[in-house]
Amino acid sequence: MANLIKLRKGLNINLKGKAATELMSVKEPGFYALCPDDFTGVIPKVVVKEQEYVMAGGPLFIDKNHPEMKFVSPVSGVVTSVERGARRKVMSITVEAAAEQDYEEFGKQDVTRMDGTAVKELLLNAGLFAFIRQRPYDVIADPTIAPRAIFVSAFDSNPLAPDFEFALKGEEANFQTGLDALAKIAGVYLSISASQQAKALTQAKGVTLTVFEGPHPAGNVGVQINHIAPVNKGETVWTVDPQAVIFIGRLMNTGRVDLTRTVAITGSEVKKPAYCKLKVGAMLTDVLAGNINKEREVRCISGNVLTGKKIPVNGFLGAFHSQLTVIPEGNDVHEMLGWIMPRLNDYSTSHSYFNWLMGKKKEYVLDARVKGGERHMIMSNEYDKVLPMDILPEYLIKAIIAGDIDRMEELGIYEVAPEDFALCEFVCSSKMELQRIVREGLDMLRKEMC
Amino acid sequence: MNALRNYLDKIKPNFEEGGKYHAFRSVFEGFETFLFVPNATSKTGTHIHDAIDSKRIMSFVVIALMPALLFGMYNVGYQHFHATGAEGSFIEMFGYGFLAVLPKIIVSYVVGLGIEFIVAQWKKEEIQEGFLVTGMLIPMIVPVDCPLWMLAIATAFSVIFCKEVFGGTGMNVFNPALITRAFLFFAYPTKMSGDTVWVSGDSIFGLGKTVDGLTAATPLGVAKVAECPAFSWDMVTGLIPGSIGETSVIAIAIGAVILLWSGVASWKTMLSVFVGGALMGWVFNTWGPDTAIAHMPWYEHLCLGGFCFGAVFMATDPVTSSRTENGKFVYGFLIGAMAIIIRVLNPGYPEGMMLAILLMNIFAPLIDYVVVQNNISRRAKRAMSNN
Repeated sequence: MANLIKLRKGLNINLKGKAATELMSVKEPGFYALCPDDFTGVIPKVVVKEQEYVMAGGPLFIDKNHPEMKFVSPVSGVVTSVERGARRKVMSITVEAAAEQDYEEFGKQDVTRMDGTAVKELLLNAGLFAFIRQRPYDVIADPTIAPRAIFVSAFDSNPLAPDFEFALKGEEANFQTGLDALAKIAGVYLSISASQQAKALTQAKGVTLTVFEGPHPAGNVGVQINHIAPVNKGETVWTVDPQAVIFIGRLMNTGRVDLTRTVAITGSEVKKPAYCKLKVGAMLTDVLAGNINKEREVRCISGNVLTGKKIPVNGFLGAFHSQLTVIPEGNDVHEMLGWIMPRLNDYSTSHSYFNWLMGKKKEYVLDARVKGGERHMIMSNEYDKVLPMDILPEYLIKAIIAGDIDRMEELGIYEVAPEDFALCEFVCSSKMELQRIVREGLDMLRKEMC
Repeated sequence: MNALRNYLDKIKPNFEEGGKYHAFRSVFEGFETFLFVPNATSKTGTHIHDAIDSKRIMSFVVIALMPALLFGMYNVGYQHFHATGAEGSFIEMFGYGFLAVLPKIIVSYVVGLGIEFIVAQWKKEEIQEGFLVTGMLIPMIVPVDCPLWMLAIATAFSVIFCKEVFGGTGMNVFNPALITRAFLFFAYPTKMSGDTVWVSGDSIFGLGKTVDGLTAATPLGVAKVAECPAFSWDMVTGLIPGSIGETSVIAIAIGAVILLWSGVASWKTMLSVFVGGALMGWVFNTWGPDTAIAHMPWYEHLCLGGFCFGAVFMATDPVTSSRTENGKFVYGFLIGAMAIIIRVLNPGYPEGMMLAILLMNIFAPLIDYVVVQNNISRRAKRAMSNN
């Protein structure tokens, strides 16, 4: 049996709108868009012109610092727009899907005969390297640095998170091939949850398997790394989301780039929460329209409620997201004297509210309100309770705010990503924007080091 | 409720930049967020938030203070009627105490919140709730005869120099309520100690009776100059002279339960203060000098003076206490021990809790430093062993 690590700290937020484990068919979206901002740390250089035809798997932009790293179109079709924002920053590149899809052919591969360099080159060329992130800095991996190890978390513990076992059905072979390919580059650590039974996971070959048990953020790869083999200064590890491992497997087995994800459509404002198959960057108008409650103003999120990105209802699926969440915006709510009311329908970890009376089974409908003003850090031990890492979160946050680079290093900023602080941000009574702070700290450090 | 909301929306523009009453923006905002939970939605980071906010936390501390405050009011009346020999019913005693304490609460809040409003306006920030607690603590830790003007000056000093200059709630080094008390204690010692300030000798609106030169010492004061008073249940129920809110162990225990249950205060700090105090009291009982106060049994030490009140409401202040979990044990233990050391070995002051907490406020960052350094060196060692 694999190593079992039990975590006690953390918090499962029980929200309404969990996706039923059934696949819902959706109309093929007409447009696809890649947002370079999704690929943290990359400086995009667009290599297509508007109205140009691209193949599925053909490059849309490359990284200025590593021109060999390509970011490819999920579908074939005509580039309809390259949208730029302030200072000509590339915001998104949109492709209108052609009726007939043609794929760039990369050739079927026999992974067992490949070496690490060959795998890396193929991934860079086929645009799948873009789905590999690295610690430190939580950015797209630097292909010139050899990683110490590659970590894959096969479960997502975020609120309403998609069930990876469901996405894995029918993709077992591709998943194993993906793992095999990654194992050519460095040792692969696969972390699964104690409740996962799929053979492709529990009997995955060529990987070091670790079983995690406990509340969210047990599924966060950063937490897992911290418990398996923490990142020290000077080391680099890669992290890959499990659906991207399937992308890699498909590339090896079919020779084509197929960026189809199994996406969970979740949230209290979704009429029928279920799964559907969508390609990265898919336009969501047809997916969401008609499936959302119209009574209230809603917030659509690509990703989960803790780390996701706010998108318009006709927005696009983020590159790294296997989940869509729709919750009420809540800006029409004026709660009177909320600071003294029992607020049974509102969720709090604090016993100063009485929602604990409702039991742990209750599913909450939470809106996007912050529910308080931002303050200095007042309470202590709030973050520690939900961060199962050997890190002193309050001190790390303070060091980042102070811009003290030495202190950040000492306190272990190399081990963390903004997502690890998402729960801390949720419980913070001072309503500090911790994920933004951590991101700024990582960027500051990266600028200093590179 | 809707009418009120509409009214607020109607007058809101007046308070915004360029509006007629822009100078009162912070005041308006303070009241608006007090009446309605702000409906601002998250812009970055997590899309949902826990319902807890600092208003809720601070109001829970104030709620936890209520039993001690109400009992303190009653005790002020009880002590007065008792000492002057006047006859009085429960209602009269409470009424007397209420009228004696209320002006202090009002002065403390008006002065403190006034400064907070001005600073918030000046710094273009929201009003911070920290003073809700401080403003309630201040009247509870002074003797009943403390003049209002002194209270006003001390509160102003403390809010400005102990809190706002450091950056407001969350940034202060010392507990502002204790700084208020320390200011009074050292600037006006005759009104803060001795045996004439603890029981009021004036009648208020015809309640009670005026007696000149009324004296009544606190049990700790007695132990300092004469002999150690025997333990009595009045020391637990709180029917003894003392600062307004500090006397009743039972009322403070109710507050402690509220604070611990709601998770606002740390049980680690609270428990270790008592452990430290009890242990040091026992040490003095066994090996101490031959003075009355050193002979005071350890459990009596814990009941008397501001020990309980300080342990429950002051030492647990998250901002000025140790912020690391292991540090909290050390911090609390040293407060308890230090309070008893000051009581026993100091010739001048009968009470040591205030000074002990303020002293440990200074050392809290040092305790944390050790704990944090521990984490840092563990990480460094790990990196060394890997390479």
